[in-house]
Amino acid sequence: MISSAEPALEPMVRVDGLSKSFPVRGRGLLARAAEVLAVEDVSFTINAGSTFGLVGESGSGKSTIARILLKLEIPSAGRVLVEGRDIFRQTKSEEKAYRRLVQAVLQDPYGALSPRMRVRSIVAEPLAAQGESRGAIDAAVPRLLEAVGLPSQLGPSYPHQFSGGQRQRIAIARALSVEPRLLVLDEPVSALDVSIRAQVLALLRDMQQRMGLTYLFIGHDLAVVNYLSARVGVLYFGRVVEIGDSNDVLRRPLHPYTRRLVAIAAMREPLGRNRLQGELPDPRNRPSGCHFRTRCPLATDICAEERPPLHPFRARRLVACHHAERAEEADVPPIAAVPG
Amino acid sequence: MNAGTVTPAAEQALPRRRRLGRWRPLQSPGLPLLATATCAVLVAAAVLGPWISPYAKDSVDLANAIAPPAWQPDGTAAHLLGTDQLGRDVLSRLIAGARISLAAAAAATLLGGSIGVAVGVVAGYIGGLADAVAMRISDAFLAVPFILLALAVVAVLGSGFGNIILVIVVTNWPRYARLVRSEVIGIKHRDFVTLARIAGVPPARIMLRHILPNTLNSVTVLGILDVGRAIILESSLSFLGVGIQPPDVSWGLMLADGRTLLGFAWWLTTLPGVVIVAAVMSFNTLGYWLKARLDPRAGA
Amino acid sequence: MTPLVDLRQVSVTFGTSQGPILAVSAVDLAIRPGEIVGIAGESGSGKTTLCRAIMGALPDEARLSGEIWFAGTRISGRPVAEIRRLWGREIAMVLQNPMTALDPLYPIGSQIDEMIGVRFGAAALPGRALEILRSVHLTAPELRLRQYPHQLSGGMRQRVLIGMASATRAKLLLADEPTTALDATIQEEILVLFREIRDRSGTAIVIVTHDLGVIRRVCERVIVMYGGRVVEDGPTEAVFTAPRHPYTRALLESLPRIEGEEIVLQAIDGQVPDPSELGDFCPFSPRCRLAREACLAKFPGETRVTGAHRVFCWAAEQPP
Repeated sequence: MISSAEPALEPMVRVDGLSKSFPVRGRGLLARAAEVLAVEDVSFTINAGSTFGLVGESGSGKSTIARILLKLEIPSAGRVLVEGRDIFRQTKSEEKAYRRLVQAVLQDPYGALSPRMRVRSIVAEPLAAQGESRGAIDAAVPRLLEAVGLPSQLGPSYPHQFSGGQRQRIAIARALSVEPRLLVLDEPVSALDVSIRAQVLALLRDMQQRMGLTYLFIGHDLAVVNYLSARVGVLYFGRVVEIGDSNDVLRRPLHPYTRRLVAIAAMREPLGRNRLQGELPDPRNRPSGCHFRTRCPLATDICAEERPPLHPFRARRLVACHHAERAEEADVPPIAAVPG
Repeated sequence: MNAGTVTPAAEQALPRRRRLGRWRPLQSPGLPLLATATCAVLVAAAVLGPWISPYAKDSVDLANAIAPPAWQPDGTAAHLLGTDQLGRDVLSRLIAGARISLAAAAAATLLGGSIGVAVGVVAGYIGGLADAVAMRISDAFLAVPFILLALAVVAVLGSGFGNIILVIVVTNWPRYARLVRSEVIGIKHRDFVTLARIAGVPPARIMLRHILPNTLNSVTVLGILDVGRAIILESSLSFLGVGIQPPDVSWGLMLADGRTLLGFAWWLTTLPGVVIVAAVMSFNTLGYWLKARLDPRAGA
Repeated sequence: MTPLVDLRQVSVTFGTSQGPILAVSAVDLAIRPGEIVGIAGESGSGKTTLCRAIMGALPDEARLSGEIWFAGTRISGRPVAEIRRLWGREIAMVLQNPMTALDPLYPIGSQIDEMIGVRFGAAALPGRALEILRSVHLTAPELRLRQYPHQLSGGMRQRVLIGMASATRAKLLLADEPTTALDATIQEEILVLFREIRDRSGTAIVIVTHDLGVIRRVCERVIVMYGGRVVEDGPTEAVFTAPRHPYTRALLESLPRIEGEEIVLQAIDGQVPDPSELGDFCPFSPRCRLAREACLAKFPGETRVTGAHRVFCWAAEQPP
């Protein structure tokens, strides 16, 4: 039964049929420039005050989606609505307001801070860009540093004096400076030491509860993404293959790819039981029908002929697979070692 | 290629053991110190010129013409480095030449550098058509042979201090532009630039606040190396007679003046020559030392 | 049984302009032939330096004290040239970045052939390179021979490197963060490869990584390092299910892990120690809930939990 237990309010973010392709130089002197489709017909929603997690590995298109949401790229097709308004049809003043509404925390804490700027200038930069007064900025910086668990007098320091975890906190303080309502977090803890990740994740969760922030959390580590997320979407090769409540997806993943990811993350099976044969397809040579069929143990003819739509399967769950009801059969027995 | 599975590329990544006898001149303090000292002396001579010069640069003293340097048997202490065919003191003329040569080199470098950096930053950051156009233009300038251009400018505008600088600037700005542009292409993809865009910082401010300061290291190194190059260019032009004109003094001019007397008044060409070489080598050494210090990957 | 690698009181100090920095302190370690061992640690733990020490590839400014023995022969203190002869014959390495370890100018096949030629002398048997690619389960191996490194993905390149490493019939394979740049699904394949290599040739494998998941999946034994010291060393299952060192415990609890249907984690306060502040005391004590005076006075001695499981902690005498 398809339950429509969606909240009655319009979600804060609605991504609708988003596609993005990039031109790629053709081979040889006369070859036509090819196009690589990084994101294909992606749709999801994010409710205000909650976290939507986007899980994907390399080539999944997750970072492209983040960049589009941050208006660093223009979609080739589809719409992105934030608080009901199409963000690619904005007036100049709406654009400026958008830069207040949405901020980001990115993966690399060492690249995120301009090496020749003092911490207080870095943290205050979004405020300065919005035209805030010097006085307001000077008052805000110590408060922001404290909010992320750093001593408030660190303003005059330079980034090189800080560790990775501390730099990421500075980056978070900077993102918070304009009081955004939406934070795009693109692999925010992947580059941090293992014991520091937990601190930063705890900080992000705490901030969300205190300030009612909405997060788009992007990552490749299922456990990390799910920790903060209420709902999660799984991306493969530019398409969404599954969307659902994060605990539910963990408990009962339906798409064969999701099942692999969960099995690996949960470490429930011994080495070799969760093998996924083959490699990611060549982006210039996309498999017909379902992209995943080249590595999927359940693939049949229909998988090559028809692209499986992302359809509601169970309560609050969407899956893009022709054989979702055979999900449990997707687990692979161990492969015998190849001789030689 | 390699032995075993450690390929040359991987081996570069591994820390290297010291091999005996590997000479690392820039890591010992001696050579850079000497270079810095020499540069300092030359700059001091240029700045303090008129006050420390024993004689005026063109005070004629025919009685003492063609006197050898003081340490030679016929030399006098009154003229430490000898005199030329008009009795003008070589040391004083070298000091005066320092002022002109270094001033020309500095001005040309600063001016050419400013133009080149500005073009490079904008071309690199904006990319697209502006970048392509800027690079083709700078290629065109790079393709012009220096001497030809110098002669053409002199033919049209005459010689002299200002025109020398013009000629040098015209041929050196593209090097800054190319260097900065390729650095900017790397910098603009770094996260702190992306985050500035996300914060709504306008492009001009991004270029000024984020991009430009991060190119300063390489620009400074190129600038210092360029001073050496500019000294040679100016000396060459002056030697050929199309650069600095009398009554101004330049080392290149002194070389030309002393050329006919090379047989029996060797100091008239040798001393300016030594000074030119010392100046260029000192600036170059300083530049390479700075580069080694600033660029962690270039290490000795 | 003679250990394959035997480290006796090995310390590595770096001379810097700010004074000496202790990267590895007094490590006693023995690796048996055919063992798959994981060395786990974060930045500053000393794990990479230890790996370099075993390889004999420490930088100029490093000073090694203690002894390193390989296959019954002492290799520490030997001239570099001698130690390098071991590379590719007795010791093979797979380093972190598969992007840079292959020469971009030559096709894969010719690089493999060259390696075989150098290692085994004389021309390689035709088809040997193909065998190697098959042994690492590369798809379309005949095609890969002719391809250049940039045409292969990171995971494929890593497989080629592992294949080359295992083809040398080395006794020891050292892998420094071999799966860090790779996706989870590809990682799994690489780990299976390591297991196959050990099963097939009896090669001992040492995997140095910060990723505890990798160690849990493929290593039989784990050595946990912190602040240049070994703090715990034992069979993987034992250490992961019943860790005896507070750092190991805290580390495992701080990983977001799937427990039933929930994701849980518990953060550790504080920072990883600065290498210049280490000394003869427990480096974890500033962050440790069980810290006491003894911890700040002297680094703990070894406590044997079982024959194969040892821990270095003053509080470890009593089980938790």
